[in-house]
Amino acid sequence: MEEKKPLRHLIEIRDLTVAEIDSLIALAGDIIARPDDFADTCKRKKLATLFYEPSTRTRLSFEAAMLELGGQILGFASQDSSSASKGESVADTIRVVEGYADIIAMRHPKEGAPVLAAQYASVPMINAGDGGHNHPTQTLTDLTTIQREFGTLEGLTIGLCGDLKFGRTVHSLIAAMVRYPGTHFVLISPQELRPPVYILDSLARETNCKCTESRSLDAVIDSLDVLYMTRVQRERFFNEADYVRLKDSFILDTDKMRGAKQDMIVMHPLPRVNEISVAVDKDYRSRYFEQAKYGKYIRMALILELLGLRQ
Amino acid sequence: MKIDEIHNGYVLDHIRAGRSMEIYRALGLDSLDCTVAIIKNVPSRKLGKKDIIKIDEDIVLDLAALGYIDPNITINVIKDGLLVEKQHLKPPAVLVNVVKCKNPRCITSTEQEIDQIFRLSHSGGKDVYRCAYCEMQAGTQ
Ligand SMILES: [Zn+2]
Repeated sequence: MEEKKPLRHLIEIRDLTVAEIDSLIALAGDIIARPDDFADTCKRKKLATLFYEPSTRTRLSFEAAMLELGGQILGFASQDSSSASKGESVADTIRVVEGYADIIAMRHPKEGAPVLAAQYASVPMINAGDGGHNHPTQTLTDLTTIQREFGTLEGLTIGLCGDLKFGRTVHSLIAAMVRYPGTHFVLISPQELRPPVYILDSLARETNCKCTESRSLDAVIDSLDVLYMTRVQRERFFNEADYVRLKDSFILDTDKMRGAKQDMIVMHPLPRVNEISVAVDKDYRSRYFEQAKYGKYIRMALILELLGLRQ
Repeated sequence: MKIDEIHNGYVLDHIRAGRSMEIYRALGLDSLDCTVAIIKNVPSRKLGKKDIIKIDEDIVLDLAALGYIDPNITINVIKDGLLVEKQHLKPPAVLVNVVKCKNPRCITSTEQEIDQIFRLSHSGGKDVYRCAYCEMQAGTQ
Protein backbone atom coordinates (compact mmCIF):
# COMPACT_ATOMS: atom_id res chain seq x y z
CA MET A 1 0.00 0.00 0.00
CA GLU A 2 1.22 3.46 -0.83
CA GLU A 3 2.08 5.48 2.23
CA LYS A 4 -0.06 8.55 2.58
CA LYS A 5 1.88 11.79 2.66
CA PRO A 6 0.73 13.83 5.63
CA LEU A 7 -1.07 16.99 4.65
CA ARG A 8 1.01 19.96 5.72
CA HIS A 9 -0.61 23.06 4.32
CA LEU A 10 -3.96 24.24 3.05
CA ILE A 11 -3.44 26.82 0.33
CA GLU A 12 -6.41 26.15 -1.93
CA ILE A 13 -9.41 23.85 -1.69
CA ARG A 14 -8.00 21.54 -4.36
CA ASP A 15 -5.16 20.66 -1.98
CA LEU A 16 -7.74 18.40 -0.34
CA THR A 17 -9.14 15.27 -1.94
CA VAL A 18 -12.86 14.57 -1.71
CA ALA A 19 -12.06 11.84 0.84
CA GLU A 20 -10.04 14.29 2.95
CA ILE A 21 -12.84 16.85 2.85
CA ASP A 22 -15.40 14.22 3.85
CA SER A 23 -13.19 13.12 6.71
CA LEU A 24 -12.69 16.70 7.95
CA ILE A 25 -16.44 17.28 7.89
CA ALA A 26 -16.96 14.05 9.83
CA LEU A 27 -14.42 15.21 12.41
CA ALA A 28 -16.23 18.56 12.69
CA GLY A 29 -19.39 16.54 13.33
CA ASP A 30 -17.66 14.64 16.14
CA ILE A 31 -16.55 17.94 17.68
CA ILE A 32 -20.08 19.34 17.51
CA ALA A 33 -21.44 16.17 19.16
CA ARG A 34 -18.79 15.86 21.89
CA PRO A 35 -17.01 19.22 22.37
CA ASP A 36 -15.59 18.24 25.78
CA ASP A 37 -13.60 15.41 24.25
CA PHE A 38 -11.65 17.96 22.25
CA ALA A 39 -11.24 20.68 24.86
CA ASP A 40 -7.59 19.85 25.61
CA THR A 41 -6.45 18.36 22.33
CA CYS A 42 -4.28 21.38 21.44
CA LYS A 43 -2.96 22.05 24.93
CA ARG A 44 0.41 23.85 24.78
CA LYS A 45 0.01 24.40 21.03
CA LYS A 46 0.01 27.88 19.53
CA LEU A 47 -1.74 29.24 16.46
CA ALA A 48 -0.31 32.41 14.88
CA THR A 49 -2.84 34.50 12.98
CA LEU A 50 -0.89 36.73 10.59
CA PHE A 51 -3.43 39.10 9.08
CA TYR A 52 -1.78 41.53 6.66
CA GLU A 53 -5.22 42.94 5.99
CA PRO A 54 -8.02 43.10 8.51
CA SER A 55 -10.75 40.47 8.43
CA THR A 56 -12.18 40.36 11.90
CA ARG A 57 -14.67 37.61 11.13
CA THR A 58 -12.18 35.15 9.74
CA ARG A 59 -9.57 35.93 12.37
CA LEU A 60 -12.02 35.47 15.25
CA SER A 61 -13.20 32.19 13.77
CA PHE A 62 -9.63 30.85 13.69
CA GLU A 63 -8.86 32.13 17.18
CA ALA A 64 -12.10 30.76 18.66
CA ALA A 65 -11.33 27.41 17.03
CA MET A 66 -7.86 27.21 18.59
CA LEU A 67 -9.06 28.37 22.01
CA GLU A 68 -11.81 25.74 22.05
CA LEU A 69 -9.19 23.09 21.40
CA GLY A 70 -7.31 24.26 24.48
CA GLY A 71 -4.55 25.95 22.48
CA GLN A 72 -3.21 29.48 22.53
CA ILE A 73 -3.10 32.25 19.97
CA LEU A 74 -0.79 35.07 18.95
CA GLY A 75 -0.45 37.28 15.92
CA PHE A 76 -1.40 40.59 14.36
CA ALA A 77 -4.68 41.87 12.97
CA SER A 78 -3.51 44.30 10.30
CA GLN A 79 -0.44 45.30 8.39
CA ASP A 80 0.02 48.52 10.42
CA SER A 81 0.58 46.57 13.61
CA SER A 82 3.12 44.22 12.05
CA SER A 83 6.74 44.50 11.01
CA ALA A 84 5.54 44.22 7.41
CA SER A 85 4.74 47.91 7.57
CA LYS A 86 8.46 48.42 8.09
CA GLY A 87 9.09 46.55 4.86
CA GLU A 88 9.83 43.08 6.16
CA SER A 89 9.19 40.40 3.56
CA VAL A 90 6.67 37.59 4.02
CA ALA A 91 9.50 35.10 3.70
CA ASP A 92 11.36 36.68 6.63
CA THR A 93 8.27 37.07 8.80
CA ILE A 94 7.39 33.40 8.37
CA ARG A 95 10.88 32.26 9.30
CA VAL A 96 10.67 34.25 12.51
CA VAL A 97 7.09 33.37 13.44
CA GLU A 98 7.49 29.64 12.90
CA GLY A 99 9.82 29.71 15.88
CA TYR A 100 6.94 30.86 18.06
CA ALA A 101 3.96 28.96 16.69
CA ASP A 102 2.99 25.39 15.83
CA ILE A 103 0.64 26.37 13.01
CA ILE A 104 0.04 29.58 11.06
CA ALA A 105 -3.11 31.08 9.50
CA MET A 106 -2.25 33.88 7.11
CA ARG A 107 -4.35 36.48 5.32
CA HIS A 108 -2.64 38.69 2.79
CA PRO A 109 -3.87 41.18 0.17
CA LYS A 110 -1.48 39.82 -2.47
CA GLU A 111 -2.41 36.73 -4.45
CA GLY A 112 -0.13 33.76 -3.89
CA ALA A 113 1.39 35.08 -0.64
CA PRO A 114 0.53 31.82 1.22
CA VAL A 115 2.22 29.75 -1.52
CA LEU A 116 5.36 31.74 -0.89
CA ALA A 117 4.96 31.44 2.88
CA ALA A 118 4.55 27.66 2.62
CA GLN A 119 7.89 27.44 0.81
CA TYR A 120 9.61 28.80 3.91
CA ALA A 121 7.42 27.45 6.71
CA SER A 122 8.36 24.33 8.59
CA VAL A 123 5.01 24.39 10.38
CA PRO A 124 1.60 23.94 8.71
CA MET A 125 0.29 27.01 6.84
CA ILE A 126 -3.37 27.78 6.34
CA ASN A 127 -4.42 30.32 3.72
CA ALA A 128 -7.01 32.55 5.40
CA GLY A 129 -7.58 34.47 2.16
CA ASP A 130 -5.12 35.88 -0.40
CA GLY A 131 -6.60 38.88 -2.16
CA GLY A 132 -9.33 37.93 -4.59
CA HIS A 133 -7.72 34.55 -5.12
CA ASN A 134 -8.30 31.66 -2.68
CA HIS A 135 -10.06 31.32 0.64
CA PRO A 136 -10.19 27.57 1.26
CA THR A 137 -11.52 27.64 4.84
CA GLN A 138 -14.55 29.60 3.61
CA THR A 139 -15.16 26.85 1.07
CA LEU A 140 -14.73 24.18 3.74
CA THR A 141 -17.27 26.11 5.82
CA ASP A 142 -19.72 26.14 2.90
CA LEU A 143 -19.26 22.42 2.24
CA THR A 144 -19.70 21.61 5.93
CA THR A 145 -22.94 23.58 6.06
CA ILE A 146 -24.36 21.84 3.01
CA GLN A 147 -23.27 18.39 4.20
CA ARG A 148 -24.69 18.91 7.70
CA GLU A 149 -28.00 20.13 6.30
CA PHE A 150 -28.54 17.50 3.61
CA GLY A 151 -26.42 14.60 4.91
CA THR A 152 -24.68 14.47 1.53
CA LEU A 153 -22.85 16.62 -0.98
CA GLU A 154 -24.05 14.64 -3.98
CA GLY A 155 -26.96 15.22 -6.31
CA LEU A 156 -27.82 18.71 -5.08
CA THR A 157 -29.04 21.70 -7.07
CA ILE A 158 -26.97 24.69 -6.02
CA GLY A 159 -28.06 28.19 -7.02
CA LEU A 160 -25.24 30.75 -7.00
CA CYS A 161 -26.65 34.23 -7.13
CA GLY A 162 -25.19 37.72 -7.54
CA ASP A 163 -21.65 38.63 -8.53
CA LEU A 164 -20.33 35.45 -10.10
CA LYS A 165 -17.57 37.26 -11.96
CA PHE A 166 -15.45 38.59 -9.11
CA GLY A 167 -16.80 36.50 -6.24
CA ARG A 168 -13.97 34.21 -5.23
CA THR A 169 -16.11 32.29 -2.73
CA VAL A 170 -18.34 31.26 -5.62
CA HIS A 171 -15.42 30.23 -7.84
CA SER A 172 -13.93 28.09 -5.18
CA LEU A 173 -17.27 26.55 -4.17
CA ILE A 174 -17.76 25.56 -7.82
CA ALA A 175 -14.25 24.05 -7.93
CA ALA A 176 -15.09 21.99 -4.84
CA MET A 177 -18.68 20.95 -5.69
CA VAL A 178 -17.86 19.93 -9.24
CA ARG A 179 -16.16 16.85 -7.77
CA TYR A 180 -19.42 15.59 -6.29
CA PRO A 181 -21.50 13.63 -8.79
CA GLY A 182 -24.92 14.91 -9.74
CA THR A 183 -24.35 18.53 -8.75
CA HIS A 184 -26.52 20.88 -10.76
CA PHE A 185 -25.19 24.44 -10.74
CA VAL A 186 -27.70 27.19 -11.43
CA LEU A 187 -25.75 30.39 -12.13
CA ILE A 188 -27.92 33.42 -11.45
CA SER A 189 -26.36 36.77 -12.33
CA PRO A 190 -26.70 39.82 -14.54
CA GLN A 191 -25.03 39.46 -17.92
CA GLU A 192 -22.24 41.77 -16.73
CA LEU A 193 -21.36 39.55 -13.78
CA ARG A 194 -21.38 36.08 -15.35
CA PRO A 195 -18.59 33.76 -14.18
CA PRO A 196 -15.25 34.02 -16.02
CA VAL A 197 -14.99 32.01 -19.24
CA TYR A 198 -12.48 29.53 -17.82
CA ILE A 199 -15.01 28.51 -15.17
CA LEU A 200 -17.86 28.18 -17.67
CA ASP A 201 -15.56 26.14 -19.92
CA SER A 202 -14.53 23.84 -17.12
CA LEU A 203 -18.18 23.30 -16.18
CA ALA A 204 -19.10 22.58 -19.80
CA ARG A 205 -16.44 19.85 -19.91
CA GLU A 206 -17.71 18.19 -16.72
CA THR A 207 -19.77 15.09 -17.37
CA ASN A 208 -20.65 14.51 -13.70
CA CYS A 209 -22.40 17.83 -13.28
CA LYS A 210 -25.01 19.96 -14.94
CA CYS A 211 -24.98 23.71 -15.29
CA THR A 212 -27.64 26.19 -16.29
CA GLU A 213 -27.62 29.98 -16.33
CA SER A 214 -30.38 32.38 -15.45
CA ARG A 215 -30.72 36.16 -15.48
CA SER A 216 -33.49 36.01 -12.88
CA LEU A 217 -33.65 34.54 -9.38
CA ASP A 218 -37.46 34.41 -9.44
CA ALA A 219 -37.42 32.19 -12.50
CA VAL A 220 -35.36 29.41 -10.94
CA ILE A 221 -35.71 29.62 -7.16
CA ASP A 222 -38.25 26.77 -7.06
CA SER A 223 -35.67 24.29 -8.39
CA LEU A 224 -32.96 24.93 -5.80
CA ASP A 225 -31.78 22.90 -2.81
CA VAL A 226 -29.24 25.55 -1.84
CA LEU A 227 -29.34 29.25 -2.62
CA TYR A 228 -25.90 30.80 -2.16
CA MET A 229 -26.19 34.58 -2.18
CA THR A 230 -23.36 37.05 -2.86
CA ARG A 231 -23.32 40.80 -3.04
CA VAL A 232 -23.75 42.78 -6.25
CA GLN A 233 -21.52 45.79 -5.70
CA ARG A 234 -22.30 49.16 -7.18
CA GLU A 235 -18.70 49.68 -8.29
CA ARG A 236 -18.89 46.63 -10.58
CA PHE A 237 -21.20 48.49 -12.95
CA PHE A 238 -20.20 51.01 -15.57
CA ASN A 239 -23.18 53.19 -14.92
CA GLU A 240 -25.57 53.84 -12.09
CA ALA A 241 -28.65 53.20 -14.25
CA ASP A 242 -27.62 49.58 -14.91
CA TYR A 243 -26.98 49.01 -11.23
CA VAL A 244 -30.35 50.40 -10.18
CA ARG A 245 -32.15 48.45 -12.91
CA LEU A 246 -30.54 45.16 -11.92
CA LYS A 247 -29.92 45.20 -8.22
CA ASP A 248 -33.42 44.26 -7.10
CA SER A 249 -33.47 41.15 -9.24
CA PHE A 250 -30.61 39.83 -7.17
CA ILE A 251 -31.83 40.79 -3.73
CA LEU A 252 -33.48 38.05 -1.74
CA ASP A 253 -36.64 39.06 0.09
CA THR A 254 -39.59 37.26 1.67
CA ASP A 255 -41.53 37.60 -1.59
CA LYS A 256 -38.97 35.62 -3.53
CA MET A 257 -38.69 33.10 -0.68
CA ARG A 258 -42.36 32.16 -1.24
CA GLY A 259 -41.34 30.51 -4.48
CA ALA A 260 -38.62 28.38 -2.86
CA LYS A 261 -38.83 24.73 -1.81
CA GLN A 262 -39.73 24.02 1.81
CA ASP A 263 -36.33 22.42 2.43
CA MET A 264 -34.17 24.84 0.48
CA ILE A 265 -31.47 26.56 2.52
CA VAL A 266 -30.13 30.10 2.08
CA MET A 267 -26.40 30.62 2.51
CA HIS A 268 -24.14 33.68 2.41
CA PRO A 269 -20.41 34.03 3.20
CA LEU A 270 -21.12 37.23 5.21
CA PRO A 271 -20.80 40.11 5.77
CA ARG A 272 -24.10 40.88 4.12
CA VAL A 273 -25.02 44.37 3.03
CA ASN A 274 -28.47 44.47 1.48
CA GLU A 275 -28.57 41.45 -0.81
CA ILE A 276 -30.63 39.51 1.72
CA SER A 277 -33.36 41.57 3.31
CA VAL A 278 -33.36 41.39 7.11
CA ALA A 279 -36.89 39.94 7.09
CA VAL A 280 -35.48 36.73 5.57
CA ASP A 281 -33.40 36.16 8.74
CA LYS A 282 -36.58 34.94 10.46
CA ASP A 283 -37.31 32.43 7.70
CA TYR A 284 -36.49 28.93 9.00
CA ARG A 285 -34.63 28.25 5.77
CA SER A 286 -31.94 30.90 6.33
CA ARG A 287 -28.66 29.34 7.40
CA TYR A 288 -26.02 32.09 7.11
CA PHE A 289 -25.50 32.50 10.82
CA GLU A 290 -25.29 28.72 11.37
CA GLN A 291 -22.84 28.71 8.48
CA ALA A 292 -20.52 30.99 10.47
CA LYS A 293 -20.71 28.57 13.41
CA TYR A 294 -19.84 25.63 11.20
CA GLY A 295 -16.87 27.71 10.13
CA LYS A 296 -15.42 27.48 13.61
CA TYR A 297 -15.94 23.71 13.87
CA ILE A 298 -14.40 22.92 10.49
CA ARG A 299 -11.40 25.12 11.38
CA MET A 300 -11.05 23.12 14.61
CA ALA A 301 -11.06 19.92 12.55
CA LEU A 302 -8.51 21.39 10.13
CA ILE A 303 -6.15 22.50 12.90
CA LEU A 304 -6.26 19.02 14.49
CA GLU A 305 -5.63 17.37 11.14
CA LEU A 306 -2.73 19.62 10.14
CA LEU A 307 -1.10 19.28 13.55
CA GLY A 308 -1.45 15.51 13.35
CA LEU A 309 -3.38 15.51 16.62
CA ARG A 310 -6.42 13.68 15.34
CA GLN A 311 -7.15 10.75 17.62
CA MET B 1 27.51 31.07 -43.38
CA LYS B 2 26.93 27.33 -43.40
CA ILE B 3 26.73 24.78 -40.60
CA ASP B 4 30.27 23.59 -41.32
CA GLU B 5 31.51 27.06 -40.43
CA ILE B 6 30.54 26.33 -36.82
CA HIS B 7 33.31 24.44 -35.10
CA ASN B 8 31.85 23.60 -31.71
CA GLY B 9 28.42 24.86 -30.82
CA TYR B 10 24.82 24.92 -31.98
CA VAL B 11 22.59 25.71 -34.86
CA LEU B 12 19.09 26.54 -33.68
CA ASP B 13 16.86 25.80 -36.63
CA HIS B 14 13.13 26.12 -37.36
CA ILE B 15 12.70 29.21 -35.18
CA ARG B 16 9.38 30.80 -36.05
CA ALA B 17 10.17 33.90 -38.11
CA GLY B 18 10.56 36.96 -35.91
CA ARG B 19 11.34 35.09 -32.69
CA SER B 20 15.13 35.05 -33.00
CA MET B 21 15.78 38.30 -31.15
CA GLU B 22 13.68 37.12 -28.21
CA ILE B 23 15.75 33.96 -28.06
CA TYR B 24 18.97 35.94 -28.43
CA ARG B 25 18.02 37.89 -25.31
CA ALA B 26 16.61 34.93 -23.34
CA LEU B 27 19.79 32.88 -23.84
CA GLY B 28 22.03 35.83 -22.98
CA LEU B 29 23.85 35.55 -26.31
CA ASP B 30 24.75 39.23 -26.21
CA SER B 31 27.28 38.47 -23.46
CA LEU B 32 29.20 35.88 -25.49
CA ASP B 33 32.57 36.58 -27.13
CA CYS B 34 32.20 33.94 -29.82
CA THR B 35 30.63 34.21 -33.24
CA VAL B 36 26.85 34.39 -33.08
CA ALA B 37 24.87 34.62 -36.28
CA ILE B 38 21.21 35.49 -36.51
CA ILE B 39 19.66 34.74 -39.85
CA LYS B 40 16.16 36.02 -40.35
CA ASN B 41 13.39 35.16 -42.77
CA VAL B 42 15.03 32.13 -44.33
CA PRO B 43 12.61 30.42 -46.79
CA SER B 44 11.39 27.18 -45.23
CA ARG B 45 9.29 24.35 -46.65
CA LYS B 46 7.75 23.60 -43.26
CA LEU B 47 7.21 27.12 -41.94
CA GLY B 48 7.19 29.35 -45.00
CA LYS B 49 9.77 31.56 -43.31
CA LYS B 50 12.02 30.81 -40.39
CA ASP B 51 14.87 32.25 -38.36
CA ILE B 52 18.13 30.48 -37.59
CA ILE B 53 20.69 31.20 -34.86
CA LYS B 54 24.22 29.85 -35.02
CA ILE B 55 26.44 29.89 -31.94
CA ASP B 56 30.10 28.93 -32.23
CA GLU B 57 30.64 27.97 -28.61
CA ASP B 58 29.73 24.98 -26.51
CA ILE B 59 27.58 26.95 -24.02
CA VAL B 60 24.91 25.53 -21.71
CA LEU B 61 21.59 26.21 -23.40
CA ASP B 62 18.55 27.10 -21.27
CA LEU B 63 16.26 24.46 -22.76
CA ALA B 64 13.33 25.55 -20.60
CA ALA B 65 13.49 29.09 -21.97
CA LEU B 66 13.83 27.80 -25.52
CA GLY B 67 10.98 25.34 -25.13
CA TYR B 68 8.78 28.07 -23.73
CA ILE B 69 9.51 30.61 -26.46
CA ASP B 70 9.23 28.13 -29.31
CA PRO B 71 8.91 24.37 -28.69
CA ASN B 72 9.29 23.64 -32.43
CA ILE B 73 12.95 24.68 -32.56
CA THR B 74 15.44 22.02 -33.63
CA ILE B 75 18.80 22.14 -31.87
CA ASN B 76 21.69 20.89 -33.99
CA VAL B 77 24.72 20.12 -31.85
CA ILE B 78 27.99 20.64 -33.71
CA LYS B 79 31.28 19.06 -32.57
CA ASP B 80 34.52 19.52 -34.52
CA GLY B 81 32.54 20.88 -37.42
CA LEU B 82 30.22 17.87 -37.60
CA LEU B 83 26.55 17.54 -36.76
CA VAL B 84 26.56 15.04 -33.89
CA GLU B 85 23.04 15.36 -32.51
CA LYS B 86 19.62 16.76 -33.34
CA GLN B 87 17.51 17.68 -30.29
CA HIS B 88 13.82 18.38 -30.34
CA LEU B 89 12.22 20.41 -27.60
CA LYS B 90 9.06 19.93 -25.68
CA PRO B 91 7.26 22.52 -23.56
CA PRO B 92 8.97 22.44 -20.14
CA ALA B 93 6.85 21.57 -17.10
CA VAL B 94 8.26 24.42 -15.01
CA LEU B 95 9.78 27.78 -15.92
CA VAL B 96 12.02 29.40 -13.34
CA ASN B 97 12.91 33.05 -13.96
CA VAL B 98 12.10 32.88 -17.66
CA VAL B 99 8.98 35.04 -17.59
CA LYS B 100 7.78 37.57 -15.07
CA CYS B 101 4.25 37.62 -13.66
CA LYS B 102 2.42 40.73 -14.85
CA ASN B 103 -0.39 40.53 -12.30
CA PRO B 104 -0.07 43.67 -10.13
CA ARG B 105 -1.95 41.86 -7.34
CA CYS B 106 0.55 38.97 -7.30
CA ILE B 107 2.91 38.53 -4.34
CA THR B 108 5.82 38.45 -6.82
CA SER B 109 5.16 42.14 -7.51
CA THR B 110 6.19 43.15 -3.98
CA GLU B 111 8.35 40.39 -2.58
CA GLN B 112 11.96 40.83 -3.66
CA GLU B 113 14.37 38.02 -4.45
CA ILE B 114 11.83 35.30 -5.00
CA ASP B 115 11.96 33.13 -8.10
CA GLN B 116 9.40 33.72 -10.80
CA ILE B 117 7.91 30.27 -11.23
CA PHE B 118 5.41 29.25 -13.91
CA ARG B 119 3.90 25.80 -14.34
CA LEU B 120 2.56 24.19 -17.48
CA SER B 121 -1.15 23.42 -17.40
CA HIS B 122 -3.72 22.44 -19.96
CA SER B 123 -6.65 24.72 -20.49
CA GLY B 124 -9.21 24.22 -23.25
CA GLY B 125 -6.90 21.84 -25.16
CA LYS B 126 -4.06 24.38 -25.08
CA ASP B 127 -0.77 24.41 -23.19
CA VAL B 128 -0.63 27.47 -20.94
CA TYR B 129 1.80 28.57 -18.28
CA ARG B 130 0.39 29.81 -15.00
CA CYS B 131 2.15 31.68 -12.21
CA ALA B 132 2.83 29.28 -9.33
CA TYR B 133 1.71 31.99 -6.90
CA CYS B 134 -1.36 33.71 -8.33
CA GLU B 135 -2.19 31.30 -11.21
CA MET B 136 -2.32 34.14 -13.73
CA GLN B 137 -1.52 32.98 -17.25
CA ALA B 138 1.90 34.07 -18.52
CA GLY B 139 1.73 37.19 -20.65
CA THR B 140 -1.72 38.26 -19.38
CA GLN B 141 -2.74 40.56 -16.58
ZN1 LIG C 1 1.67 35.80 -10.24
